[in-house]
Amino acid sequence: MRDVLLTVVRGLGFGSVYALLAVSFVIIYKSSKVVSFAQPALMLAGAVLVSYLAGPVGFYLAVPLAAIAIAMLGWGLERTTIRPMIGRPVFVVAIITLGLDIAIRVVVNVFIGPDVRNVGDPWGLSTVDVLGLPVQERYIAMAVVLLVVGAGLFAFFRYSRYGLAMRASSLDQETALVQGVPVGSMTALAWAMAAGIAAVAGAFVGAGGGVDQSTWVIALKALPAIIIGGLDSIGGAVVGGLLVGLVESFFATYQGEYLPFLGQNFSLVSPYVLLLVVLLVRPYGLFGTREVERV
Amino acid sequence: MLAVSNLEVVYDDVVLVLRGVSLEVPDGKIVGLLGANGAGKTTLLRALSGLLDIHHGAVTRGQITLDGERIDHLDPQQVVARGISQVLEGRRVFGEFSVEENLRVGAHTRPKDRAANLERVYDLFPRLLERRTQAAGYLSGGEQQMLAMGRAMMSSPRYLLLDEPSLGLAPQLVGSIRDLISQINEQGTTVLLVEQNASMALSISDHGYVLETGRVVMDKPAQELLDDSDIQEFYLGLGAEGERSFRDVKHYKRRKRWLS
Ligand SMILES: Nc1ncnc2c1ncn2[C@@H]1O[C@H](COP(=O)(O)OP(=O)(O)O)[C@@H](O)[C@H]1O
Ligand SMILES: [Mg+2]
Repeated sequence: MRDVLLTVVRGLGFGSVYALLAVSFVIIYKSSKVVSFAQPALMLAGAVLVSYLAGPVGFYLAVPLAAIAIAMLGWGLERTTIRPMIGRPVFVVAIITLGLDIAIRVVVNVFIGPDVRNVGDPWGLSTVDVLGLPVQERYIAMAVVLLVVGAGLFAFFRYSRYGLAMRASSLDQETALVQGVPVGSMTALAWAMAAGIAAVAGAFVGAGGGVDQSTWVIALKALPAIIIGGLDSIGGAVVGGLLVGLVESFFATYQGEYLPFLGQNFSLVSPYVLLLVVLLVRPYGLFGTREVERV
Repeated sequence: MLAVSNLEVVYDDVVLVLRGVSLEVPDGKIVGLLGANGAGKTTLLRALSGLLDIHHGAVTRGQITLDGERIDHLDPQQVVARGISQVLEGRRVFGEFSVEENLRVGAHTRPKDRAANLERVYDLFPRLLERRTQAAGYLSGGEQQMLAMGRAMMSSPRYLLLDEPSLGLAPQLVGSIRDLISQINEQGTTVLLVEQNASMALSISDHGYVLETGRVVMDKPAQELLDDSDIQEFYLGLGAEGERSFRDVKHYKRRKRWLS
């Protein structure tokens, strides 16, 4: 029982980070109808920026500062490399984001160096006693940050003028334009928000273990998460991210014992098994819209 | 005054759709713009609202002026900010938004006046107030048209451009939409009313224009257009062949082309 609960906690902890990353993919998808493969690099850049800022200003201030800086980078990327591609096939834009990802990582790697960089988080691997269970503090922090960012996004998209304008732009560009909504700026805003959220996720990916040049791979776990949740649903991305975290965590704990014939480290591919199962039952994901492709 | 002079519009650099259109929309009036399918009515409204870009169209000659100042080449949001608001053909409500969310998007350029404008729109369309929390996609066609008009009014426009508001509505609903348009006009908004339903449009317009394949072929006070025998025959369905709506004119032409 104790093992099960600890497995769940770990799954929800990492799942929260995957959920944040998945949300960042979905925000871009909703505004540009493209999956941005630059998110891993932006996540890594955020984590590395936090690792440099945490010393002078402390982790808690470093995270929002890095988020703002990386958001500005996201805005700039959209304006300079994505905007001019309007009207090109989605495939072309996706390839451009892949190029951006590589370019950004080349620069960021210089700042990481060959070793693991500590992000300066206050938790490390220390635990706190919750109802008799030794729960790692960083998992609690990950879940809290997902709650805070999620609640903020919910309120933003539901009640704020710009949130509504962003949703309107993603539903019907021409109609949004005749309401006086600057649709192009809404797209840039989406890229900025997605970059900022990826940066926050990066800081928490690094919590406990630090970051190195290969940490970007973790962002790819958001891909099964968004497909499970449905590409155009933010709530779905959160659920998908948490599911991926849980499945991965359960395979990590129990697969060696119960399914040893699957070999070692099967937990790494387990999200894709989950993905397959979900898509067999629901081709548009758990929360996706049937007509994701709108004309 | 909103004025269009000698406007020429081309799509994809090759398709000439407006061939020197001139018209005037004087303040306080309702101006009717009639024409069969494909005449270029929607294209003219796109030019006015700065929407040609996204349709790969461009103004190649002529100009659009607001109080003498050129407004072609403005972005859609700049046009809205100057008090020109359009209701697109087909209403285009945001189906998954609630009625009130739709109205709030309409207030994007005027956040300070939102509360006052909401009140005004709900006064004008009490039905929308009843349904304010419902998803707009579930409203009837008439209610969606009211919502689209209400949403356009949320930017406090001086000029309201309406693209075929009666399209697809039952006759009694066409009547109430018409009355609402004249009510909006009486409250001080100038209206450019694009319609294929000529009798509906001319019954409330001060002045009317008839567009045919990108040219203005008639330009008269609405009453004179109503009395015109061509209009009566082809556009009002009062001709010898009995009931015929404006929409049939295209069919009529096509038939003629096949026969010749
Ligand atoms: N985006 C476009 N590209 C090319 N041709 C277009 C485009 N939009 C409309 N047209 C053509 O322009 C002509 C006028 O269309 P439109 O302005 O929609 O007329 P109306 O609103 O009077 O029915 C039609 O022949 C139509 O096929
Ligand atoms: Mg039209």
